[in-house]
Amino acid sequence: MPALKVNGRTHEVKAAEDAPLLYVLRNDLALNSPKFGCGLAQCGACIVLIDGQPVRSCVTSASAVAGQEITTLEGLSTNGKPSKLQQAFIDEQAMQCGYCVSGIIMRAQALLDQNPKPTEREVRLALDGNLCRCGAQNRMVRAVLRAAQEG
Amino acid sequence: MNIQTTRRSLLAGSGALALGFSLTGDLLAQQPAAPALPGDLKQYPKVSSWLRIEANGRVRLLVGKVELGQGILTALAQLCAEELEIDLSRLDITSGDTQLVPNEGVTAGSFSMPNCGSAVRQVSAEARQILVSLAAAKLNADAAKLTVSDGTVKAPDGKSVTYWNLVAGRELEVEATGKAPLRPRETRRYAGKHVPRIDIPAKVMGDLIFVQDERPQGMLHGRVLRPPAYGAKLVKFEPAEVEKMPGVVKVVRNGDFVGVIAEREEQALNAHARLQAIAQWDLPKTSETQDTVHAWMLTQPEKLIVIKDQANKAVPADAQTVEAAYKRPYHMHASIGPSAAIGLLDAQGVTHVDTHSQSVFETGEAIAEMLGVDKAKVHCRHVQGSGCYGHNGADDAAADAALLAQAVPGKPVRIQWSRNDEHKWEPYGAAMLVKTKARVDAKGDILDWTLDLWSTSHGTRPSGKAGNLLPARMLEKPFALPTPVNGGPPNYAADRNAIAIYEFPGHTVNTHFLTNFAARASSTRGLGAYANVFSIESFMDELAHRAKADPVEYRMRYLKDERARAVLQKTAEMLNWAKPEKAAGRGRGIAFARYKGLATYCAVAMEVEVDRRSGVVRVLRVVSANDAGEVVAPDGVKNQIEGGVVQSLSWTLKEAVRFDATGVKTADWVSYPILTFSEVPPIAVELIDRPGAPFLGAGEASQGPTGAALANAIFDAVGVRLRDIPFTPARLKAAMG
Repeated sequence: MPALKVNGRTHEVKAAEDAPLLYVLRNDLALNSPKFGCGLAQCGACIVLIDGQPVRSCVTSASAVAGQEITTLEGLSTNGKPSKLQQAFIDEQAMQCGYCVSGIIMRAQALLDQNPKPTEREVRLALDGNLCRCGAQNRMVRAVLRAAQEG
Repeated sequence: MNIQTTRRSLLAGSGALALGFSLTGDLLAQQPAAPALPGDLKQYPKVSSWLRIEANGRVRLLVGKVELGQGILTALAQLCAEELEIDLSRLDITSGDTQLVPNEGVTAGSFSMPNCGSAVRQVSAEARQILVSLAAAKLNADAAKLTVSDGTVKAPDGKSVTYWNLVAGRELEVEATGKAPLRPRETRRYAGKHVPRIDIPAKVMGDLIFVQDERPQGMLHGRVLRPPAYGAKLVKFEPAEVEKMPGVVKVVRNGDFVGVIAEREEQALNAHARLQAIAQWDLPKTSETQDTVHAWMLTQPEKLIVIKDQANKAVPADAQTVEAAYKRPYHMHASIGPSAAIGLLDAQGVTHVDTHSQSVFETGEAIAEMLGVDKAKVHCRHVQGSGCYGHNGADDAAADAALLAQAVPGKPVRIQWSRNDEHKWEPYGAAMLVKTKARVDAKGDILDWTLDLWSTSHGTRPSGKAGNLLPARMLEKPFALPTPVNGGPPNYAADRNAIAIYEFPGHTVNTHFLTNFAARASSTRGLGAYANVFSIESFMDELAHRAKADPVEYRMRYLKDERARAVLQKTAEMLNWAKPEKAAGRGRGIAFARYKGLATYCAVAMEVEVDRRSGVVRVLRVVSANDAGEVVAPDGVKNQIEGGVVQSLSWTLKEAVRFDATGVKTADWVSYPILTFSEVPPIAVELIDRPGAPFLGAGEASQGPTGAALANAIFDAVGVRLRDIPFTPARLKAAMG
């Protein structure tokens, strides 16, 4: 498989051509944040950015995105310091279990990159493809709006 | 496993000192004046069971309750740091490791604060008192004049000593008194204050914190083949071609249990897909369905339990009778992360299982029975998973991992359930049928109240029995599902909250407990409380409207508990109940319950808008006042109440498991939709703090009131009473005619 560019670094990976990006990121590159939620492109837990666009890594083959810029949650922070958006999730205590949170932050990051000052409605619509079962949606929306305000 | 803390390493930790009680039964008997120890401290009175002062200046808290995303470890840390007078940053927590921590049973039922929180608070106060008295001797000072700051004890003359210097290298036997005073309220730094959750930074940074993320050296990937339907039998299975697939290490078969172990995850998935294609199953001929289950309940052998038997024998003959019947379907826990576990059989014959189970001890014992080994040969360790809201697939995945690990000794095997596995095989929240009957006078006041409920079991947790584990029931020598029993008072199970909090002139409650199952079911947030409160609070609303009374005022006629009244009143005020703004298609509803009759008081009110053409209900806003006793982590309680509101709205508006003889039909998020970001309304939660009052668990309090408040609001909006959950657009449209 061709090399993958993940969070600004290039990685050689020995995996079959059709290996899903999710498993390559998690198992070969030891990245925890993209989560397996459904494997069906229904819940958003596995979302990463490919050239800035939110993509469900569970249904994307790794070889198909070789050479493109892949960003995971780990790539948002700088030297262990959380990004504004990550910090906003801490400040708003925006989760319960936190399993869905990586996919939600990545989706929100893509929104803010495109629309730095979204309305609450725009944030909710952007996150409609991500599921949260604990019921922390309002906190997450507040976190995204806080990051936008502070951005 | 790479992040394993072994008992040896913890105990050998550079001069760590165990502060221990040595209270025998005899000694206890000689001290009748000693106050009862709070919560789980009763079962584990040794300080060393809970706390270790380590020579390196760290303090370790050991607890049996586990983090499920409810923030419990933060609340426990707040209590411990407060009473021990140390900085929160000095504290490490070990939780849910069967070799290391007190067995506090299952993390469920809103018991963690009452049972574990009260124990941690007292044991930390005890430890502080002991350490301060040791410091007094060392500093030759009066203990009453010493001050403590972050574990450093100071005398008035400026001399000081630290906790860790005091205890280093010495064994110390100390006795519990149960009398150690708590820190004065006015000096508190952590308890009752907003303290950010200790687990959140790791979760926003992508650090390793979930069991799904563990990757021990040499880990293999396992998948288990689940049958298509309940009761299916494997009739044909030729795995030879799968054994030759790339990366496949082993195909394991034991009766109807089939698993595959591979080197890489995608290889395990490919092999699993092939296994699924070649396996042939015999399906049962018939099955109940979601549509027949409530009628089925009335035909089943039942255990009748009369839990309240105070009928009003003097109801006049001309009193009117009002009756209603309410239905709850099977609901899923529907965790976002499907269940996972890692198993390892070590050279000493011990099977280690990392699991997100709520019941590490009892699950470990059930696994030991399944494997036919002594319970000491199974070591379970809790590692966080996706939120579970009750007994989901966690324990079965742990059993899967333990079984597959036996096939590859020395190699960790990771089990990851698929979305399909979790949706089809988790034990659901039980379907229920609730019938209510009231005798009322001419003014509409209640003279006599009767509630009958029908339910299968809400409790098939592992409980130390292999038969409760899904894979154990499929083995060549299968373990049978134990006959379920209903949980009795004071917490109850199917009949949780079936006894209304209201004081009626007559009150009867009959539990029709069924030991058969139509679909697999077990503990789901609130157990029977959700359906029972939904029914009681819907029926109260019906009776209030019938009496042409305000629903809040009507409830107050029968509500004598002052704390209950305060919560209901506050919630009504939060919604501006006294001054409704009436608009076409809009309505408001309110409902109340004290969870289990002994935990958090919770009222929920909301405004909804019904689209008459589509039958779609939009919830405009929700308010909720709560009394959870003394509050330790205010934001944690609010988060639980708010999350419960969202989850209950989702259950009530959208969710029902569908199934028939060919299996569960709701096997993904498209067929089993849940509430989305756009559908979640603004939610305001307020707490009525009760300093000095016992902690009341809050994690399940808002489920029941939310469902009923929704039904009541829809009635207010369009005059239609919905009694069958969920309130889908099709159902509401049909009801509106």
